[in-house]
This record gives sequence, structure tokens and C-alpha cells, in this order.
Amino acid sequence: MNKKALAIKCCKAIFIGIVLLLLYAPILLLAVYSFVSTDHIGLWGSFTFAHYAKLFKEPEILGMIGNTLWLAVVAALLSTVLGTAGAIGMFYSKKRVKALVHGVSQIPVINAEIVTALSLAVTFVSVKLESSLFTLIIGHMVICTPFVVLSVMPKLKQMDNSLYEAALDLGASPAKALFKVVLPQIIPGVISGFMLAITLSLDDYIVTFYTRPEGFETISTYVFNATLRGNAHTAETLSSFWALTTIIFVVIVAFVVLSNLGGRRKKEAKK
Amino acid sequence: MKAPRFSRKTLCIPYAVFLLFFVIAPMLIILAYAFTDREMHFSVMNFVRFFSDPSKLSTIVYSIVIALITTVVCLLIAFPVAYILARSKMKKKFVIVMLFVLPMWINFVLRINAIRELFNWIGILGQANYFNTVFGMVYDFLPFMILPPYTTMLKIDDSLYEACSDLGGNGFTSFARITLPLSKPGILSGVTMVFLPSMTNYVVSDMLGNSKVTIIGKFIYEYFESDWHMGSMVALILLIVVFVSTLLSGGFKSEENVRGANL
Repeated sequence: MNKKALAIKCCKAIFIGIVLLLLYAPILLLAVYSFVSTDHIGLWGSFTFAHYAKLFKEPEILGMIGNTLWLAVVAALLSTVLGTAGAIGMFYSKKRVKALVHGVSQIPVINAEIVTALSLAVTFVSVKLESSLFTLIIGHMVICTPFVVLSVMPKLKQMDNSLYEAALDLGASPAKALFKVVLPQIIPGVISGFMLAITLSLDDYIVTFYTRPEGFETISTYVFNATLRGNAHTAETLSSFWALTTIIFVVIVAFVVLSNLGGRRKKEAKK
Repeated sequence: MKAPRFSRKTLCIPYAVFLLFFVIAPMLIILAYAFTDREMHFSVMNFVRFFSDPSKLSTIVYSIVIALITTVVCLLIAFPVAYILARSKMKKKFVIVMLFVLPMWINFVLRINAIRELFNWIGILGQANYFNTVFGMVYDFLPFMILPPYTTMLKIDDSLYEACSDLGGNGFTSFARITLPLSKPGILSGVTMVFLPSMTNYVVSDMLGNSKVTIIGKFIYEYFESDWHMGSMVALILLIVVFVSTLLSGGFKSEENVRGANL
């Protein structure tokens, strides 16, 4: 390799490195300070687990973390069932029906979240439906389900259709054929749709804000309010968010590493 | 009588009904509110009022400028990253792509809070509100701009580049004549995915702009408290903007689905 090529290669690596550094700097800053006994970043202190302890002591904080998690799991499960069934149904429908349902299904995907949120809130009030867990879960399903459909659809297209026919010829009922033949073939799409739904729900602020029942807090709404209130009481709360961010970050890294290891092992086993 | 035969098509019905009730009906209700006054009589006053208020108009201009700057900065950073990674012969490059996507899985309010703490530490929180807002938006939406161009560039056939250099083209020609035109769909979907939230996601502007920066999305929030008819009008305008830009960019492609679910 000549000098010029090497220089270009170095420049590229440096550029990627700087962007990555910028991307991770805020998170790493919080990760470091989550172990320092101070409520203000920049002031140094001694090593401590106090910020982590606060997370598990404050019932308010524990509550909002719990809310976020169960909401994500429930909304993602319901979205996955609805979206998978919808995708299978659409796939076997007439072209025009398919195009219509698919088109409408795209609306929440491309729409600004605030428009989806406002339209839902106005609709619920118009039919005299008070904000409740029901409206909140519906709201999350509206933003999650289309993404499940989008992940399942490509797998349906790749599927070998003759297997289903073969199952029917061999005497399986259509329902049985669906569960035993179609579902196993599209399951990777279903799983990635479910994961996508979970991350969308965990991340959501706007739809949650417009459809939640009074007093229901998720990580997004709680952190948003706490940072903007900005009184003395919240300095402590704010520093507990450093610990929360660090924990979530570590969980995600662990998840990604483990799932990659798992995937690799499966591939090797296949060989 | 035989029971009606189970058809796979019927599986579509629950989802179709769900979409009818919670996507189509809400859009129609927004439309109805946007073109009525408080007595529910037909009126175009909301439209006229919105566009004749100078303070609103200046905010709209600000908001669009912020979104444009955010989109351009994102593109300037993300496109080279996508290009370098897509053309790289590195064996484990998916690890680096993963590193760019990973922060997206942290709750976005917590991520913005992290930047807020960083700004607070440097001492620019509350000092440079517009800069801070744009920085936060770039930080938050950058991965949306990296993945779509990256996936489209990965699909470009290597033989095209070989043909280009065989025919005497240099690095610049291959970039201008192959990479750029062929990654256009990815760039467009990245642009729409960054531009729209930059105009509407007021969480970033509130938390980093010291509540001094108002963007279009914040109008809807304010009207939600006071005047649903005006709020619906703003929502309707945003809706139209979205549809026009989607039509112009040739529709949304599912394979450019972001968040790295397909990595």
C-alpha cells in the first residue's frame, strides 16, 4: 500500500472515530458521574453507589420505570399479534385490498408523531372516552403495529407457498397449517417486529403524553418534567437519571453482544 | 350446513378495523375540527388566522430554518460515514454500524438529558439556545440519516466501480456517477426522517433551548390546551406537508426501515 492510500485510510478512521466519540461523549460523561458523590457534573467527589441506590429507594422513580417496562411489553405483544395476523391476511388478500390496507398502515409510519397523538386525543374526547390505560395502549399500538407489519411482510414474500398447499393436501386444517407451516417460516420477521415495537414504545414521549391517564408517568414523561421543573428538589432526582442512563446503556450493550454471540453460534452449528 | 371455510384473508379484518377506528377516523376528525369554528360551523378562519399572525409566521420560518440546518448538518456528517462504511472491506464493519445505532436504543429523553448535562457542564445551557437545539437534534436524529444511505450503498454492485475505473474514471467520477445517483433513495428517506421530527419534536427544543425556542410542533401542544380547531389546522397542514414530501421522494421503502432491526 502506498503512502497516499494509507493517509486516506487514516483520515477515514479518524473521521469515524470523532463522530462516534461525539455520539458517546454525553453518555460516557453520565456513566462516569453516576459513580461520583455529587449532584452537579463538574464537581468532583468520592466513589459512590448512592445514585444507584436512589433509583431503587424512590417509589416514584421505581414506579415510572415499571410503568415504562410493562407498557412496552403489553403494547408490543398486542401489536405483534395484530400486526402479524394483519400482514398474513393482507398477503393473501386481493391486490386492491392489500394496497389499501398497506397504504393506510403506512400513515402512522410517515406521519409526524405529534399529528398522530393529537388526532388520537381529539378522537378519544369526541367519543367521550376518558384517558385511561386503554387509550394509552391503543396509542402505543397505533405507532408500533405498522412497524410489525413492515417487518413481517418481507418474510411472507420470501416464504415457500407450496408448503402450505402441501399441508392442506396432507389433511391439515387451514388453521393448523397456518400455525405449523406459515408461522415458523415468518417467525424471524415476527421477532424483529416485536423488538422494534418494544423500542418504539420505550422511546415514546409524545403519544404517551396525549393519551395517558392522569398521573401515569413513564421514563420519558417523568424525565422531561423533572428536567424542566428545575427546582432544588430535583437536583437529586436528576443525578439518579445518570445512574438510570448508565444501567440502560449497559443492558443494551449486553443484549447486543449476547444476541450476536448467540446468532454466531447458531450459524456455526448450521455449518 | 357446513361451517364457512376458514380463510387466511379474514386475519386481515381485525387490523383493518383497528386502522379504520384509530388511524382513518382520527384523521377525518382532525379534518372536521380544522374547518369548523367553536360552534362547529364550517369556517376557513382557522386557516386564515394561522397565516395572518406575524408572530406565528416568524416562528414557522425559524422552525423550518432549524429543521433545514439540522438536516444539512446530519447529511454532511452521516453521508461520509455511510459511504466510508459501505465501501469498507473491513470484515467486522457491522460492529461499527451497530455502534452508530446503539445509542438510539437508550430512551431519547434520557439521551437529550445527557446532552443537557454536558451543556450545563460546559456552561452553554441557556446561553446559545438555537445552537443547543440544533446540536441536540443532530445528535438525536443522526442514526436515521446513516442507516438508509448505508443500506442502499451496500446494494451497489462492486462491478460498477470496477467498470468505472477500467473506463478511466477516477475516485471522484465513480462517486459522482455511481454512488450518489444510486444512493439517492436512501438519502431521500433519511432526509424525510430527519426533517420532519426537527420541525415537530418539541421535547428537544424545550429541554435544550431553555424553552425559548418554539418549533411548529409546539404550536399543537399549546393549542391542545386552548383551541382544538386551530390545533387541528396546524396538524392538517403538517399532514399535507408529509404526504407531499412522501410523494415527491417516491414513497417509503420498508427495507430502509431504520433502528437497525434488520441488521
